[in-house]
Amino acid sequence: MAVSGLIMMLFLLAHMYGNLKIFSGRAAFDSYAHHLRTIGEPFLPYAGALWFIRVVLLASVAVHIYAAITLWRRARAATAGRGGSRYESRKGRGGVQRTYASFTMRWGGVVIALFIVYHLLHLTSNTIHPGGASASPYVRLVNGFGLWWVVLSYTIALLALGFHIRHGFWSAVADLGANTSVTRRRHLNIAATTIAIVSTAGLLMPPFAVLFGWVG
Amino acid sequence: MNVTLRVWRQASNHDKGRMVAYGVEDISSDMSFLEVLDVLNERLTMADEDPIAFDHDCREGICGTCGVVINGIAHGPESATTTCQLHMRSFNDGDVIDVEPWRAQPFPAIKDLVVDRTSFDRIIQAGGYISVPTGSAPDANTVLVSKTHNEHAFDAAVCVGCGACVAACPNGSAMLFEGAKITHLGMLAQGQPERNSRALSMIAQHDDEGFGACTQIGECTAVCPKGIQLDVISRFDHDVLSALLHGDR
Repeated sequence: MAVSGLIMMLFLLAHMYGNLKIFSGRAAFDSYAHHLRTIGEPFLPYAGALWFIRVVLLASVAVHIYAAITLWRRARAATAGRGGSRYESRKGRGGVQRTYASFTMRWGGVVIALFIVYHLLHLTSNTIHPGGASASPYVRLVNGFGLWWVVLSYTIALLALGFHIRHGFWSAVADLGANTSVTRRRHLNIAATTIAIVSTAGLLMPPFAVLFGWVG
Repeated sequence: MNVTLRVWRQASNHDKGRMVAYGVEDISSDMSFLEVLDVLNERLTMADEDPIAFDHDCREGICGTCGVVINGIAHGPESATTTCQLHMRSFNDGDVIDVEPWRAQPFPAIKDLVVDRTSFDRIIQAGGYISVPTGSAPDANTVLVSKTHNEHAFDAAVCVGCGACVAACPNGSAMLFEGAKITHLGMLAQGQPERNSRALSMIAQHDDEGFGACTQIGECTAVCPKGIQLDVISRFDHDVLSALLHGDR
């Protein structure tokens, strides 16, 4: 889970950077979208690098979900199906120091998976086009985020993503052996929170910028 | 002070079990939690009722035998405190206190608050030891151990194997217990020769026993009565990865 999660997070940070080109105007953004497909030409075929990235991401998602299901089943077997709420006592249900992020990893993951399908249909394959279709990625984006409910749906999904990253990054690096002392634990948690906030804010900037009319 | 204890009563492993409320009067706030159970059991015995079965031994926080979930928290509300060292001054007059056993499939119920923790013994038998050749003792100070490693190893060695970590973990994982043993032995020179095989054997036994996988939630270290820190799990993960990468078994 750690490795597949970190691969997807690296992609997410690169994707966030690319999205921010929306603030450079239509020409810059559409040019960036076109050049994603010409990376490495003529050595690589048209969209070759992009497809390689897509395959790696698809494999990561598959591994991640498979691992999540495996862990879920093991936890269910170990706790007779009742997990963290297996005690009769209604007190202490929130645990001693559990974060909301760690509580919501599985359902958050489901929300993110569904969102990714929706997002790909919206802005990659142009299958659904709220606000109007266009050959220009910039125009498609601006059309979509001009609608409040599109921005709302993206916001909910990105908040889920933020929480998922908050616990996901911390547990990924800890599982890979990075948590070697009490101080290190504090620092890794701060890093996880920072990355989660930066990712969520950075990804939410384009939708809100369009909604408030700062872009387009 | 007077309190009401809602205690899990279960006649045997096959019995479904249920919570039963008992009022206990005239408790001194200096009493330990186990002494309150003793007072209650005395009253139940005098009334020809079945006393509550619970594990206990040293009653001074060092053996790892006692352990119940009090108000949903393993070993109760105080941090780094065993059930036997929890005193009634941590509660108020009139409180309703829920008392349950450790709940996990690898800890099958025996009776009331007693569970079978021999799964922990089997994990230690799988690899939680060092192999020492017989023969004459080596000269003193021939094996050098740095003070920092010594202290870190000891911090991990104080694990008493009570099982609170498993009781608190939403995944039912015993990784804090395993990590403590791995870190204790892996930080010392004597533990190096078997470091990789130890990690792999112990994780295999852990999984076979039916404990869940760790997702770094951290409830375990929060309830650990000996203050074992979360880094022992990372060190365990590192040893497992190292063993897999280097093909050492």
